[in-house]
Amino acid sequence: MARKLNLRIWRGDATDGGLKNVEVEANEGEVVLDLIHRVQATQMGDLAVRWNCKAGKCGSCSMEINGKPRLACMTQVSSFPEGEEITITPLRAFPVIKDLVTDVSFNYRKAMEIPSYEHPKNLAPGEARMEQIDVERSQEFRKCIECFLCQDVCHVVRDHEENKKSFAGPRFFIRIAELDMHPLDMLKNRKQKAQEEHGLGMCNITKCCTEVCPEHIRITDNAIIPMKERVVDVKYDPVRWLGSKIRKREGIV
Amino acid sequence: MTPLEKLKYDVVVIGAGGAGLRAAVEARAAGLRVAIVCKSLFGKAHTVMAEGGAAASMGNVNEKDNWQVHFRDTMRGGKFLNHYRMAELHAKESPDRIWELEVWGALFDRTKEGKISQRNFGGHEYPRLAHVGDRTGLELIRTMQQRIVALQQQDAKESGNAESHIKVFAELTITEILKENGKIAGAYGYWRENGNEVLFEAPTVIVATGGVGKTFKITSNSWEGTGDGHALALKAGANLVDMEFLQFHPTGMVWPPSVRGILVTESVRGEGGILTNSLNERFMFKYIPEVFKDKYADNDAEADRWYLDQDNNRRPPELLPRDEVSRAINAEVKAGRGTEHGGVYLDVSKRIPADVIKKRLPSMWHQFYELAGVDITKEAMEVGPTCHYVMGGVEVEADTAAAVGVPGLFAAGEVAGGMHGSNRLGGNSLSDLLVFGRRAGMGAVEYAKKNPTATVSEKAIADAAARIEAPFSRAGGENSYSLHAELQEVTHNLVGIIRTGKEVEEAIEKIAAIRARSANVAVAGTRQFNPGFHLAFDLDNMLLVAESTAKSALLREESRGGHTRDDFPGMNSKWRQVNHISSFDGKDVNVKAQPLPPIPKELFDLFDIHELEKYMTPEEIAKGGSN
Repeated sequence: MARKLNLRIWRGDATDGGLKNVEVEANEGEVVLDLIHRVQATQMGDLAVRWNCKAGKCGSCSMEINGKPRLACMTQVSSFPEGEEITITPLRAFPVIKDLVTDVSFNYRKAMEIPSYEHPKNLAPGEARMEQIDVERSQEFRKCIECFLCQDVCHVVRDHEENKKSFAGPRFFIRIAELDMHPLDMLKNRKQKAQEEHGLGMCNITKCCTEVCPEHIRITDNAIIPMKERVVDVKYDPVRWLGSKIRKREGIV
Repeated sequence: MTPLEKLKYDVVVIGAGGAGLRAAVEARAAGLRVAIVCKSLFGKAHTVMAEGGAAASMGNVNEKDNWQVHFRDTMRGGKFLNHYRMAELHAKESPDRIWELEVWGALFDRTKEGKISQRNFGGHEYPRLAHVGDRTGLELIRTMQQRIVALQQQDAKESGNAESHIKVFAELTITEILKENGKIAGAYGYWRENGNEVLFEAPTVIVATGGVGKTFKITSNSWEGTGDGHALALKAGANLVDMEFLQFHPTGMVWPPSVRGILVTESVRGEGGILTNSLNERFMFKYIPEVFKDKYADNDAEADRWYLDQDNNRRPPELLPRDEVSRAINAEVKAGRGTEHGGVYLDVSKRIPADVIKKRLPSMWHQFYELAGVDITKEAMEVGPTCHYVMGGVEVEADTAAAVGVPGLFAAGEVAGGMHGSNRLGGNSLSDLLVFGRRAGMGAVEYAKKNPTATVSEKAIADAAARIEAPFSRAGGENSYSLHAELQEVTHNLVGIIRTGKEVEEAIEKIAAIRARSANVAVAGTRQFNPGFHLAFDLDNMLLVAESTAKSALLREESRGGHTRDDFPGMNSKWRQVNHISSFDGKDVNVKAQPLPPIPKELFDLFDIHELEKYMTPEEIAKGGSN
């Protein structure tokens, strides 16, 4: 059943911009990205938006819908009550380029700072043997589609540009955790580096990242907390403190 | 106006999917300076969508597997129209390419012995697909992306500059491949962010741009699949081979409309999913072609036993090659036995326990649940054919991936033709792009050593710049979105999954008319991240590709693989002997027949003579291979 909807779309660039009202038709089963495409094709040919697979697999169409970081291709129009306005804005933690497109190069710079996987020198191609149960821990983190919604929502950088320099963000904490838990990786001290060089200590586990993850990766519980718990030689870490107050945890060093 | 950005590289790779990145890694390994150019952000290429796995005869699950069996399966799947040498190299080299990914950090699912697990897939005789659940493509692209980063980190350590040897130019569209004195001299394009123009001067260009799906209305391809590399190469003087062959993946989602076309991996069938019609019949038993009768079960009991004992039972017919399954679904729907929304049912819910489904097909479960509100552990999916892959592509030399006729130009991955013949087997794409991505990189290295960079002439630069500016200077012309929609309508209705000569002729006329109008596309707004502007160039590419497809489809008077002619329903051995070669004369695409390279004796002898009789003429059989 087609219905008319009011959208408010942020339009503008780095210098100036604001919300524009637009009326668009919505059909049964459509997602917000469908509406954006219809607006593009019929009313605003130059409306800038990133998207690729339209199936929740590439992580391109990240934006904020009614203030919440989401993938536009995974947001059903029917999830909004009839009559509710839908407001679409660019990711807040990154500088706007145009309309719904932001400069996400921060994330690519951070990726460059994480030391890469190191394969055992004596292990020739084809010789690796790993148990399924051992690869699964890292596989959870390798599901990441790099939509950067977790980076966008994280309050450490969301409104604190100054923290970006010393904080890698949830996406790269799971990257470090993935390598740290990789059964064959030879590089030592990844956790310590996460703490000392990538700002793990600045995270105070509000779990916002986990909540917005479209792949349902348990970023906080399975990556950040286990790493925090095992980091040795911490000066001050709210998790340790909190952990010792809430309940006894085994194995805290 | 911003001054032109002029850059010099040894290799320009267009496309940052699996093939492009693998090529870049190879060229960098030889010390070359490589520019990787892509239309999207780094890591978003369509490779991420590949679900099932990468085919390689490692023999981890069934030790009887080897390259010869893989080669045979690939040739059979392609109905023997494949370039034999490409199929041979692919079958021989894919295990090494998979193992290499592990050295770079990939984490595939494991067997009990801790080796890389391999799964069954349509057309593959043994479990052969290395996989990570049903997100193998993501694993592959991420591994390659992270390999590039690792090399950049190494360069940073050695030279202080992470981009000394590999630089990724994300969100940049290439509009032209440039030549001087008949050889590659570079490429020209613009940054999508601001429209500023860029000239790459380089002796070699590798096109790795993927497919053409966006030419069609219902497709599993993302917006990037607009045949850019096909068209750029064609305009640079290269040939396209066998563009009539498009693979319609049998199981795309058909409901709800917003997800129409999105893929349901073949693994659903590999894991036990069955296809039924609205009468609840498991209809695939009716559609087993003569050539496959000895390999596929014709009854429920045997088909089901196969999942437990593959040595003593024939395979379920749901696992026939993709073209067969697509045609069967199409026929059922046409006969009025389809679902409410024009598909058929694919059901795994009654066959496998819910927890096993979620474990083995996690992203499928996720995709249906979140995009369509369907729980595949409880109900059937509605599926139908969707344009998925183009077998046709740039004509290349098998060993080097060099484009025939254009010194310095290379092509790898989906954009290259020949490897898959008339129909690609599932799983052969990820391995293809690794094998030939590497070979294209090697080919470029060899060529670049002997051929210095030529300077691009001022005239060529001025022409390329004028073409980019043109859509802004036309007043009140055509809208690129509308023309694209019209083109998709034409291809869908007239050159789609089932074709007739009369319809294809009509398509050729209509495509020409749209192309004439496209010369008058006008764009509103500025150059700053303007999708209407971007589409204007994509549209040019799609129109050339569609013309090539339609004209090739008209010539081929038989049905084979991804080309079905209602007016010529059978396969004809005479037609197996020719490829269709498209070239561009600056105005039109011209298509001519060219004899297929004959298969050498040692490969010919890998087949049972009775099987070859189904595909080859008696004269070919009598000759018994070319040497």
